[in-house]
Amino acid sequence: MIELINVSKSFDGVEVLKNISTKFETGKVNLVIGSSGHGKSVMMKCMVGLLKPSSGNVMYDDRDFTNLDYSQLRQIRKEIGMLFQGTALFDSLTVEQNVEFTLKMFTSMTPAERKDRVDFCLEQVEMEGINNKFPAEISGGMKKRVGIARAIALDIKYLFCDEPNSGLDPVTSRVIDELLKSITEEFNITTIINTHDMKTVFDIGDDVIFIYQGMNEWSGKVKDIHSSNNDMLTNFINASYFD
Amino acid sequence: MTFFYHFGKYILFLKGMFSKPEKLSVYIDRTITEMNNIGVGSLSIVVIIAIFQGAVTTLQIAYQLISPLIAKPVIGSIVCDSSMLELAPTITCLVLAGKVGSHIASEIGTMRVSEQIDALEVMGINSSGYLALPKIVAGLIMIPMLVIISIFLSNLGGVIAGEASGILTYEEYFQGARESFMPFNLLFSLIKAFTYAFIITSVSAFQGYTTNGGALEVGASSTKAVVYSAVAILFSDYLLAQILL
Repeated sequence: MIELINVSKSFDGVEVLKNISTKFETGKVNLVIGSSGHGKSVMMKCMVGLLKPSSGNVMYDDRDFTNLDYSQLRQIRKEIGMLFQGTALFDSLTVEQNVEFTLKMFTSMTPAERKDRVDFCLEQVEMEGINNKFPAEISGGMKKRVGIARAIALDIKYLFCDEPNSGLDPVTSRVIDELLKSITEEFNITTIINTHDMKTVFDIGDDVIFIYQGMNEWSGKVKDIHSSNNDMLTNFINASYFD
Repeated sequence: MTFFYHFGKYILFLKGMFSKPEKLSVYIDRTITEMNNIGVGSLSIVVIIAIFQGAVTTLQIAYQLISPLIAKPVIGSIVCDSSMLELAPTITCLVLAGKVGSHIASEIGTMRVSEQIDALEVMGINSSGYLALPKIVAGLIMIPMLVIISIFLSNLGGVIAGEASGILTYEEYFQGARESFMPFNLLFSLIKAFTYAFIITSVSAFQGYTTNGGALEVGASSTKAVVYSAVAILFSDYLLAQILL
């Protein structure tokens, strides 16, 4: 479980995140929704340690991520997988080398064991047989799947996805959604997804937090979204139906 | 004030590189790859520049000094010394600042803007150490080697130009080069090469690492890397000559 306690973040005096407190449960697909520029990505970056919160704490299963020393921080980071919006696959490495990367850096596996693990991860995302291709040689959807395979190469406990469906066609988007849902359930991990896509929310979401102007405007179960009387959330949902 | 701000960031960047490596074998592999990129990849341009540099210097020295009162071997001694003291290390490294420096800055800058560096950080890898340290170590090994090759080829170019133009024979050239040779000059040349190698690789890596924005900014970082490296090379050239000669 990941818990945010009164997390705020400012840039040059402008407060982008305002006192956010919430919990993301293990084994569930937790969705963070909200319009562009309202702080979803900043919140995710604060959670994975790419940005340091101006105040507040980020707790990973009762471990205070914001106040750990370097070696403890590195230990938690090995438990984190992240799928970036642009996938962030390493251009100079093949698909296999991308997925193998963390195994090579952090484990004492033999090359054969690493190869088995890479094949297993690629199989999970249905991307067998493209081991020797470079990221530039595969499609956007395939890159996303390889990004997921890379994220789960180590035995992770937390999976972060920043707009996993951006730039994908509706069919591929659904495939990615189903993949994220099945990985979350199969490996019993805490998955947090930033998205604008309401279809993703209703298809695979368990819990939702709605960020509006840097604040936790609404949070609850997906099934409760339609019965919410929060105007901002209602406007956001209605707008997304007319996209 | 801006200069001190950026210089401070540069020092912190260098300090950040020297944490304990995640896995030494990976760093060694990367260093060998970078040695190939920096050293072998730059060999052809260094060969061309060195030969022409020696040849042109010989012709120009001969143009200025040819006189019945000046012995021809003097031309060889001047070309040899100037190759060793200035031309081979400084000109070669200014060219490498353009070739290697812009490559390093644009490679790391592209990784920055496409979130690949963020991905490394999320994985728990010291990104500055992983990306920049192998390049700096590779530069410190390969650039002095390129400078030594450049010294040799400059003299070869000088001999060829002397013979081809009939200005002086290779015996006269080597007589002059041998008579004026001082081992310290070679050491001085290598000190310069190490200094410039560090400047080129570290300044360029820093420029790439601190890129912000998109493709336009990657181009700007690459340009800055070349300009700042060249200025720092010229400044340290003067400083080293003042201190060591």
